[in-house]
Amino acid sequence: MIQAIVFLPLLGAILAGLIALAGAHARHPSGDTVEHAHRHDGHGDHAHASHAHADHGHDDHHAPAEPPAAGTGAAELITTALLFVSAALSWITFVNVGFFKQDVLIHVLPWINSGDLQVAWSLRVDTLTAVMLVVVTTVSSLVHLYSVGYMDEDPHRPRFFAYLSLFTFAMLMLVTSDNLVQLFFGWEGVGLASYLLIGFWYQKPSANAAAIKAFVVNRVGDFGFSLGIFAVFMLIGSTDFDVIFAAAPGLAGKTINFLGWQVDALTITCLLLFMGAMGKSAQFLLHTWLPDAMEGPTPVSALIHAATMVTAGVFMVARLSPLFELAPNAQAFVMLIGGTTAFFAATVGLVQNDIKRIVAYSTCSQLGYMFVAMGAGAYSVGMFHLFTHAFFKALLFLGSGSVIYAMHHEQDIRHMGGLKDKIPFTYFMMVIGTLALTGFPLTAGYFSKDAIIESAFVSQNPFAFYGFLMTVVAACLTSFYSWRLIFKTFHGKPHDQHHYEAAHEAPLWMLVPLGVLAAGSLLAGLPFKDLFAGHGVDEFFRASLKMHPHILEEMHHIPATIAYLPTVMMAIGLFVAWMFYIRRPYLPGELASQHRALYRFLLNKWYFDELYEIIFVRPTKWLGTTLWKKGDGAVIDGLGPNGVAGRVLDVTRGVVRVQTGYLYHYAFVMLIGVAGLITWFMLGLGGQ
Amino acid sequence: MMTWPILSVITFLPAVGALLIWLMARGGDEAAARNARWIALWTTLITFAISLILVARFDPTQAGFQFVEEGRWLTATNAYKMGVDGISLPFVILTTALLPLCIIASWKSVTRRVAAYMMAFLILESLMVGTFAALDLLLFYVFFEGGLIPMFLIIGVWGGPRRVYATFKFFLYTLLGSVLMLLAIMALYWNAGTTDIPTLMTTAVPRNLQTWAWLAFFASFAVKMPMWPVHTWLPDAHVEAPTAGSVILAAILLKMGGYGFLRFSLPMFPLASHDFAPLVFTLSAIAIVYTSLVALMQEDMKKLIAYSSVAHMGFVTMGIFAGTMQGVAGGVFQMVSHGLVSGALFLCVGVVYDRMHTREIAAYGGVVNRMPLYAFVFLVFTMANVGLPGTSGFVGEFLTLIGTFKVSIPTAFFATLGVILSAAYALWLYRKIVFGALVKPSLATIKDLTLREVVTLAPLLVLTILFGFYPKPLLDFSAASVQQLVTNYSHAITAMKAAALMQ
Repeated sequence: MIQAIVFLPLLGAILAGLIALAGAHARHPSGDTVEHAHRHDGHGDHAHASHAHADHGHDDHHAPAEPPAAGTGAAELITTALLFVSAALSWITFVNVGFFKQDVLIHVLPWINSGDLQVAWSLRVDTLTAVMLVVVTTVSSLVHLYSVGYMDEDPHRPRFFAYLSLFTFAMLMLVTSDNLVQLFFGWEGVGLASYLLIGFWYQKPSANAAAIKAFVVNRVGDFGFSLGIFAVFMLIGSTDFDVIFAAAPGLAGKTINFLGWQVDALTITCLLLFMGAMGKSAQFLLHTWLPDAMEGPTPVSALIHAATMVTAGVFMVARLSPLFELAPNAQAFVMLIGGTTAFFAATVGLVQNDIKRIVAYSTCSQLGYMFVAMGAGAYSVGMFHLFTHAFFKALLFLGSGSVIYAMHHEQDIRHMGGLKDKIPFTYFMMVIGTLALTGFPLTAGYFSKDAIIESAFVSQNPFAFYGFLMTVVAACLTSFYSWRLIFKTFHGKPHDQHHYEAAHEAPLWMLVPLGVLAAGSLLAGLPFKDLFAGHGVDEFFRASLKMHPHILEEMHHIPATIAYLPTVMMAIGLFVAWMFYIRRPYLPGELASQHRALYRFLLNKWYFDELYEIIFVRPTKWLGTTLWKKGDGAVIDGLGPNGVAGRVLDVTRGVVRVQTGYLYHYAFVMLIGVAGLITWFMLGLGGQ
Repeated sequence: MMTWPILSVITFLPAVGALLIWLMARGGDEAAARNARWIALWTTLITFAISLILVARFDPTQAGFQFVEEGRWLTATNAYKMGVDGISLPFVILTTALLPLCIIASWKSVTRRVAAYMMAFLILESLMVGTFAALDLLLFYVFFEGGLIPMFLIIGVWGGPRRVYATFKFFLYTLLGSVLMLLAIMALYWNAGTTDIPTLMTTAVPRNLQTWAWLAFFASFAVKMPMWPVHTWLPDAHVEAPTAGSVILAAILLKMGGYGFLRFSLPMFPLASHDFAPLVFTLSAIAIVYTSLVALMQEDMKKLIAYSSVAHMGFVTMGIFAGTMQGVAGGVFQMVSHGLVSGALFLCVGVVYDRMHTREIAAYGGVVNRMPLYAFVFLVFTMANVGLPGTSGFVGEFLTLIGTFKVSIPTAFFATLGVILSAAYALWLYRKIVFGALVKPSLATIKDLTLREVVTLAPLLVLTILFGFYPKPLLDFSAASVQQLVTNYSHAITAMKAAALMQ
């Protein structure tokens, strides 16, 4: 059954990929000749090719200049159906593993075996994995379904669905891995799928740039992740989780020399591994790729850049909880980064105007929340938020997609307004998502977010208070920017009459997934509270997580004022947003002009892109050019071959003039050398 | 077990093919050219088929040399001796497998002196297989140096406009290296009284001689690899070489350096190898970072891939001199994988070069709009070049890095920076060539891969992915020999350290 869950999406990806390739090949003939002189006007076959899409800007759709690819229906049907099967099986597995304690470990194939390094392809399902299986396959199948409607104008749908299914496969390999290397495979595999999907509309330069940025920034994280894997192998001699966890306590106090520093082995290992998590989960300093990733189609943002892939970092820390529990300094860093991200991303989200970017920064901020829980040692609580967040954030993204669809590819909320009468269902769904995100009592997000804030409050982490403070402030900010989005989009007066008039509700394909996710956003909290953040944790997660001792116990005994604090913050945010955008709509503009510097600072995302451009990109390019022109060109060649060359050429210039003459000349010298050696032996000079 | 001299057949069959072309397909007319192509193709295919017998009969559990042939040659002290072990056999197969693809890739693009071109490739194949199969130092030297001549001619006669400069540079570097190696070979012979490689591998070499001989061999192999800072001949040679020449150069000739380190430096001079390992580590780490940075700024497709080759070979040298099981096995794997991937990348460049006759990156853009198959194939190889898990490129990089980390954390640290930089340059190249809107009028009628091109690229694609998911066959092939090499190496080091303690 586990094999079916993991490999059905792969099968779907391969089939859809073949359909896409076959269709593309049928439309684009083979040939190794180019008609140079010929002028082409109205040559239907490539008419679309010269059609530049560069002017689309943040336009989410791509006007069809060509008919849909052959086999589109088949590709959609195959991938979506297989995903639904996979999702159904995942829920069965979830029940089997979570409640009936039937953990699974399947060896599929050997992978990399060399000496004491033994890495296998295997599928490991414990409760932690089962939670991820459910999240991934559920959201993925709904996104597949939604995309059937959302992408209906795109001519390249088989390719799109192949990528989506490929992503799902990689993500499932990630969460079912039994060793660090397979985890890394899934890790980079989702990175590839993300790269392909962000750059899905490859004619848009901005999409291509965003795709590369996502891949390269993730690689920076993977640089640390790789080193972490190497360190684990050096210290323990294995990359299998069970072996690592068994051996880890014995490493306490051991130090290694890392680039001249004598550092605690477990701390540095965990920090290196966490660097990977920072990249994948878009944490502070390595977050810059996530907002740009919104260049991809909106269903992709919902699936990859909200619900699943970006939570891989959280999953990784949870999976490695037995290691992190032994490295308190690394945990402190996790808390620091998590708290900072939660706050930082929320502040940026306050002033953004692109509907998808607001939700993207919100994702970034919520991931920060999860890491705060991880840093506190309340891993199940972080997983709880991951679980609930997948529903309401996917809902918000798909809802945004529905808005964008209705508005004919408009993404700027300044051009929206009053849409609640035009697309009431979407409005209703978006409000549910917002309630859950802001932690409105009894919604899913309420339980998980409050639990995180409580865990930060009781934690013994050195940055515990910082994490607590940041998450509480961020709760207020979250509420403000979320309601700002709702008010500016759905309330007030329409700002673009033309688009407003044409706005219409999306087809059923797209509305059904919204409804399902909305149900999840409301219901994923209360029934699961006990399993993720209550007395049922030990029973439910068993050995798959190693919780910080007593943290859950202490969370139940916090002062009432602290317990109500997040809800109060949420209410304040809601009230301010209502004042700003419904009651007194002139206030935001006044505030922005009074605090010009702060506003620009936030609007420009704390100037991280500009900063990185100056610190990393330009010096790297300068270094590349310098090493090439000066290093290779002037120094190495100048001293070496060209220096000598000049002289040799001077000598031979008079002797050999014909170009090929040189060649045979040199070839001849070589032959003489070889012949000389042989002669030397034959004459017996060498063999006394 | 041996009924017929299979290694000699594989080695000399291509030369026989070359002779056939000379006899039957001379003359400048189209018929002769066609005959030459077909003879070359069939010769390389049959050679490949025979080499598969080696794979079938090879016993991977044995560490020593198999299929050994011995005969009298020249004088009493040196014999004609051939044989392969788990380290050399993958390279023999790689050579025989790639040659048919090179012939097919040159089918249409070479129109001048076709018979001579095919003969050069066939003779080159003989010499390359011979290099990997020779078990006599003198024989090795003859094959090793002899291989330069046809390569030299391929670049010099069928190359691009700056071919004279390129061949000259190529010649200058390799000549310098080989002269020094020749001296070291003589010294070894004086020391042991034989040129038999298996004997030499078990003969202790005095410490002092080890140092000098190691340096002399290093000079030759480092140039071949090529290692920083003696790498500058490679980009020029690649740029000027015809497509198939680049494929052979990147896929096989570069591997001779790494093979040399494994066959000579490590087993024969373990103490010197140990002493000089920090030097190799430094040069490797510099090579990876430096050439990756340079690759970022290239404007010529082939130059970019050439610089990326230097970076990838940095992983190999680093892994080999780490002297750990994973490092050395990873080095062998990385070389084979790089042979597949870089060979395929040069073929990919050849595909668009044949259509547009320019290698300038800026001349392309948006070819995916007209060449979807090409875009797919190129993507797979780009990802393999980046070292994405699931492609063969990952396994080699990962093994060499994990093997080196145990020995030298700083080296592994700087080398791992390469994973970031390789992503940057490879994806940038892909974007500039493949993605974007197709707006350049010159590209408006470009067409997708033909069947012939698919035939050259498909096997490499399959192997790249297969070895990415299931590298076991290849790893197991070389495991026993690598294990023996590593064990002997560490014994020698331990013995040396024990002796030092005693004093």
